[in-house]
Amino acid sequence: MTRRSPVLSVRGLSVRFLMPGGRRVAAVTDARFEVAAGECLALIGESGCGKSVLAGALLGLLPANAQTAGHAHLGDLDLLTADERTLARTVRGRLVGLVPQSPAAHLTPVRTVRSQLAETVAALTGVRGRAALRSAGEAAAARAAFPADHLDRHPHQLSGGLAQRAATALALVGDAPLLLADEPTTGLDRDLVDRTVDELRRHVDAPDGAGGAGRALLMITHDLAAAERIADRIAVMYAGRIVELTDASTFFGSPGPRHPYSRGLLRALPERDFSPIPGMPPELGDLPEGCAFAARCDRATGACAALPQMTDRVACHHPYPHPYPAEGSHA
Amino acid sequence: MLELRTITAGYDRRSPVVRDFSLILAPGESVGLLGPSGCGKSTLARVAALLHRPDAGALVLDGTTVRRWRHRAPRELRISVGVVFQQARLSADPRLRLADVIAEPLRANGRREEAAGRVAELAEAVGLTPDLLTRRPHEVSDGQLQRACLARALALRPRWLICDEMTAMLDASTAAALVGAVEDYRTATGAGLLAVGHDRTLLGRWCDRTVHWGDNETGSSGKVTCGRCG
Repeated sequence: MTRRSPVLSVRGLSVRFLMPGGRRVAAVTDARFEVAAGECLALIGESGCGKSVLAGALLGLLPANAQTAGHAHLGDLDLLTADERTLARTVRGRLVGLVPQSPAAHLTPVRTVRSQLAETVAALTGVRGRAALRSAGEAAAARAAFPADHLDRHPHQLSGGLAQRAATALALVGDAPLLLADEPTTGLDRDLVDRTVDELRRHVDAPDGAGGAGRALLMITHDLAAAERIADRIAVMYAGRIVELTDASTFFGSPGPRHPYSRGLLRALPERDFSPIPGMPPELGDLPEGCAFAARCDRATGACAALPQMTDRVACHHPYPHPYPAEGSHA
Repeated sequence: MLELRTITAGYDRRSPVVRDFSLILAPGESVGLLGPSGCGKSTLARVAALLHRPDAGALVLDGTTVRRWRHRAPRELRISVGVVFQQARLSADPRLRLADVIAEPLRANGRREEAAGRVAELAEAVGLTPDLLTRRPHEVSDGQLQRACLARALALRPRWLICDEMTAMLDASTAAALVGAVEDYRTATGAGLLAVGHDRTLLGRWCDRTVHWGDNETGSSGKVTCGRCG
């Protein structure tokens, strides 16, 4: 794939939560990545590793006790320093579309899908007038493959897959160049997961009105199978840091990832070894000085007492060497 | 034996979610029940866990036919079944510390004095560190809370364990760890397992055999039909 100019460029993004008693929780530390148009970057990691906080930081949706540092450039705009007025009026929905974790909770329960689409269309586009809004709403539904005969239903009358499409339709209304999907497949069964990620992929590849380059998609997930199906690149997050950033084909295929944590995650899959990584992730409020994974790592040595820097796309003192003997290939 | 005999169950007698479902679990056996979202497999899991009264059919636990359900179920039947739900957040009281979440079945059964020792033992078995036990659910991750919910299900040493999509919300490593904890418990006690889920690979790897929702391979005359998904 030819490298396109990035839609989102994140540099040194850190988020600290100030807790009562002066405690500080390092939810995200020094995150650095780019997402280009027509590209999907999957951010994977265990629950509680800081993935969703990172998404919240990009949309300015963190609670008041959060402090952010670094830069997240979306075009000329730095999302981290933009004020609430800018975020509300030009960013959310217009520059960044959010596909939420739980569509059932994201939709308004007392209104039909049609009325929610019409409201979003009216708020984000120049369409005015009852008939025009109605047809624009139907067009928006069609883009996300939401069936027209279900538009007059309330969210509780929709299956999980259809609710997901309704939420995706809302996220697409503003023609945002960046889509942010936060665990879009949690709780769906495998067929629905496949269908949902295929649809998201279609919106990345097929630009409708975005000028030919496609959209950029940052998908946050713990579902490795979904990530494998959709992503061009994989960022692995552990204890608030991105520890590996690599091509999806390398990650899931051969030679496989280089960070011991990434390898452990893959080994835990039931289609591979089905063996957990020993221990549990460290507390984000009480991280060790050095490598946060060292306590669970079978390759750890004295060197791991120092923080590993990101070099050659992996942050580890003892990464698996490249090229690795082909054992990571899977059925 | 845990026997589900031609169970018909649902929330409206006119349109049951589960029709004539039969399944027999031998002691120590692990069976995976596979089905798509919304097909009624969770309803069936609730029946097997004595939490939902079926419209027709019988649940027979170790030779005793269950006649009363939920809190009316006789104690000796109730404590012979442990259950772990999909959503740990919804199944743990947000006001309790994890140690109390785990100890609740012991307290409810008048075995409060055993609690301290048993909680420490269970926490170790599911991989919870002592500092986590003093926290409340909002202070721990989904994976840590689900570990506590599994410990709670094991607190009374049930002979049967029902896991309804236990790992659907969890990352691969935590899922493998929880399955490992269940299997360690079963190896030590010989408990039977009904694992309900939609992940073919996971259940195939985990269980002795898997039953597909919609197939009639349960060796009984019952027919498995699925209300919403045909």
